Amino acid sequence: MGVLLSGSDIDRAIKRISHEIIEHNQGISNLVLMGIPTRGAYLAERICNFITEIEGSVGCGVLDITLHRDDLRLRPPKPILPTKLPQGGIEGKDLVLVDDVLFSGRTIRAALDAIGELGRPKSVQLAVLVDRGHRELPIRADFVGKNIPTSISESVKVNLKELDGEDLVELLK
Amino acid sequence: MISGHLLSAEDLTKESALGLLATAKELAAITDGPNKKLPTLRGKSIVNLFFEDSTRTRISFESAAKRLSADVINFSAKGSSVSKGESLKDTAQTLQAIGADAVVIRHSASGAAKRLADTHWIQAAVINAGDGTHEHPTQALLDAFTIKQHLRSSENDLTGVRILIVGDILHSRVARSNVILLTKLGATVTLVAPPTLLPVGVSNWPVEISYDFDKEIANCDVVMMLRIQLERMNDSFFPSAQEYSKRYGLNSSRLRKLSKSAIVMHPGPMNRGLEISAESADDLKSVIIDQVKNGVAIRMAVLYELLGGAPIGAQR
Amino acid sequence: MIKISRAKLTDGRVVDIDIENKVITKLQTSTGKPTADAIDAGSKLLLPGLVDLHTHLREPGREDSETILTGSKAAVAGGFTAVSAMANTNPVADNAGVVEQIYRLGKEAGLIDVQPIGAVTQGLNGEKLSEMGAMADSIAKVRIFSDDGECVSDPLIMRRALEYVKIFNGIIAQHAQEPRLTVNAQMNEGIVSARIGLPGWPAVAEEAIIARDILLAEHVQSRLHICHLTTAGGVELIRWAKARGIQVTAEVTPHHLLLTDDLVENYDPIFKVNPPLRTQKDVMALREGLAEGVIDIVATDHAPHPAEDKDCEFHAGACGMLGLETALSIVVKTMVQSNLMSWADLVNRMSITPAKIAGYKSQGQDIAIGMPANLILIDQEKSWKVDKNLMKSKSKNTPFHGTELPAVVTDVFHEGEQVMKNGEILDKGTSQNE
Ligand SMILES: [Zn+2]
Repeated sequence: MGVLLSGSDIDRAIKRISHEIIEHNQGISNLVLMGIPTRGAYLAERICNFITEIEGSVGCGVLDITLHRDDLRLRPPKPILPTKLPQGGIEGKDLVLVDDVLFSGRTIRAALDAIGELGRPKSVQLAVLVDRGHRELPIRADFVGKNIPTSISESVKVNLKELDGEDLVELLK
Repeated sequence: MISGHLLSAEDLTKESALGLLATAKELAAITDGPNKKLPTLRGKSIVNLFFEDSTRTRISFESAAKRLSADVINFSAKGSSVSKGESLKDTAQTLQAIGADAVVIRHSASGAAKRLADTHWIQAAVINAGDGTHEHPTQALLDAFTIKQHLRSSENDLTGVRILIVGDILHSRVARSNVILLTKLGATVTLVAPPTLLPVGVSNWPVEISYDFDKEIANCDVVMMLRIQLERMNDSFFPSAQEYSKRYGLNSSRLRKLSKSAIVMHPGPMNRGLEISAESADDLKSVIIDQVKNGVAIRMAVLYELLGGAPIGAQR
Repeated sequence: MIKISRAKLTDGRVVDIDIENKVITKLQTSTGKPTADAIDAGSKLLLPGLVDLHTHLREPGREDSETILTGSKAAVAGGFTAVSAMANTNPVADNAGVVEQIYRLGKEAGLIDVQPIGAVTQGLNGEKLSEMGAMADSIAKVRIFSDDGECVSDPLIMRRALEYVKIFNGIIAQHAQEPRLTVNAQMNEGIVSARIGLPGWPAVAEEAIIARDILLAEHVQSRLHICHLTTAGGVELIRWAKARGIQVTAEVTPHHLLLTDDLVENYDPIFKVNPPLRTQKDVMALREGLAEGVIDIVATDHAPHPAEDKDCEFHAGACGMLGLETALSIVVKTMVQSNLMSWADLVNRMSITPAKIAGYKSQGQDIAIGMPANLILIDQEKSWKVDKNLMKSKSKNTPFHGTELPAVVTDVFHEGEQVMKNGEILDKGTSQNE
């Protein structure tokens, strides 16, 4: 077991991603964020707060993808979490999806389907705290906190203050 | 979350019921959007096994299943082998052979759904869509959902909501399920009916009993009217339709006595002019159309929780 | 000649007996040692064979669920040496031809006395009296008449029947169920039925008929027997009638002494029976009534049904339970082990009094020299586990499957011949009707 990102590493990563998002979208006028529960939602909120601090207010929502997963029959059923649209909706917006770890890409595929239920954004971008590789679908992140090569048997655990009491990313063998 | 079967409102805890309401709320929001269909139950087979005619309930379950991309097989017992004396057991075994993942059953015999779930006739998840004079749990869930939507949308449960259920309690599966669920969610329930239409043994239910509709009407938040079947008149449960309607019908003068925020409910199908006047059914206080709409969301939630994961026992 | 040694009687005596020509020829205090050539009873109880005034043997008409032969075997296994067969066969036992057929089939089976009960009304339709006199005069010598399964609900027909059977000292056994109060009824009406939504069978539907019929019996000075009493109120009515000197007797079934209506909660038709299972309060009143003698006898209401009639939804299920093979054990469990009755009381309620009510001269007699040798041996120390698949009955609808019960019937003697030995029925070769 090893520490991949400390609390201050996470903090820096969030700030850097926020700057990159602003830069890439040339400001925040058409920008909205949606986090994928549970930890992606908290990360989206942090990014949103930081952008608001430096650039001005930006809409932030939550996107539950449970109903769109393709592995439903492999796991016990999960409760559906509320989906919250960002202020101003997503129609015609540049939407940044936020998640904690990018792995097979299946979660993001499901998220793209779930977005399809809600409307038609102008563009969809992806921000993740950790990209651990092993993609099974042609999906890539636009904004990455840290690329961490892992073996398939390892797992990456993201702890966030809001849920876990501390900010920490660990590698579990 | 619920798992296994949904046979009775007794199967629900307060938490699991509120969970279903929350899930239904999300599902309602999604299906209100541009795309009404979710891929969630793709590849699952759901059989609507209806031994009694009920187009409304069948359509509600059918559209719920279809919006979750399940395959729906409608097995209406009328005109099929069932009416020729084939037993429930044989029918169940047939459905098992064709690989049903869930059976939504409506049957005139109380306990038919539980028999289907308890015996080894079939492995599928069983959802009780009305068994005789016993229960109709998804109706209670959709009624709770509708009440919460109108009167307690930002609260956690139904604490303090005063509900009148009026009419043929004795034969009503809707009343039984609602009494169990609504009281579990914190509401107070008063049953209003002539003594002939209250079961012996009702004294054990967690409700108040009243024979006097006029006395109760001003002090409630919800008035739920039950369908009265005219053949009850021939069995002397009441002397005449006119007398029943006069004492226990929701007419315009009673409607006026309702508090400003109160709502009017009816599980349908209505006998306009008997238990409910046309004016009451169409009044702004009436949420009957919402009940129908919410029925689909509730049934989606139930199907999702029962089928939207690995089958029981197959989990890690 | 059959010898039995070291048999314990209900009065505590341990005796050796000889049986010859259908009667007990010798009875003496045991030396404590087994006699040569004798069946050694050890410390087993020797009782007069049990007598059941209420069985449904299904023949003629429903031989798929029971025959007179399989019913006789079930009776033997349960310790019965005489049973009365109810009239609701197909064709109905409402004429001399059918009752003689049943009587003959019983003789052919040859294991016990099978006594037909005649129908009160033609086809059990409750409208016209059947030819009770012809049945009384037949070789079957019918004395008990009953429409059991149906209530003789018309008060005038009931009055006439009670009057008419006085000619030959007959008795009317009433299935007390007011039909208008029990339309489509499925279970006891009360707290459980309200909750599980099954149409109720109220206690008052039984009590109303009992009340009416004891008054009729008093008015016409005739004999009335109430089948399968199930309610506390019914016990009160019988107590009142007896205090008034009315010639009424009553029976209770083993299942009503033990089981209650909450068992119906899972809608399993194995617990569907008519009259239905009642409440714990009723069960306690029935036990008290039986102990006190207000209820005269235990009768099984043995009602075999094929599997498909129970493997279904509750409404579609047939009413009735097997009773013959578990009756004694249930009565021991509910009445003797609870100290409400002694073994002598049990013999009274399950052998002496039923034989007396029916007028069966060779049954229910004292164990004494010169008395008919209808006898059973019971191992009161042993218990057994009910297995529906090991029932001698042709059907398996026992509600007691898997239950551990006290008292095992080991040996049965009918008319001086051993028909069961160490739990094995000694078949006399007539198996064509099985
Ligand atoms: Zn009967």
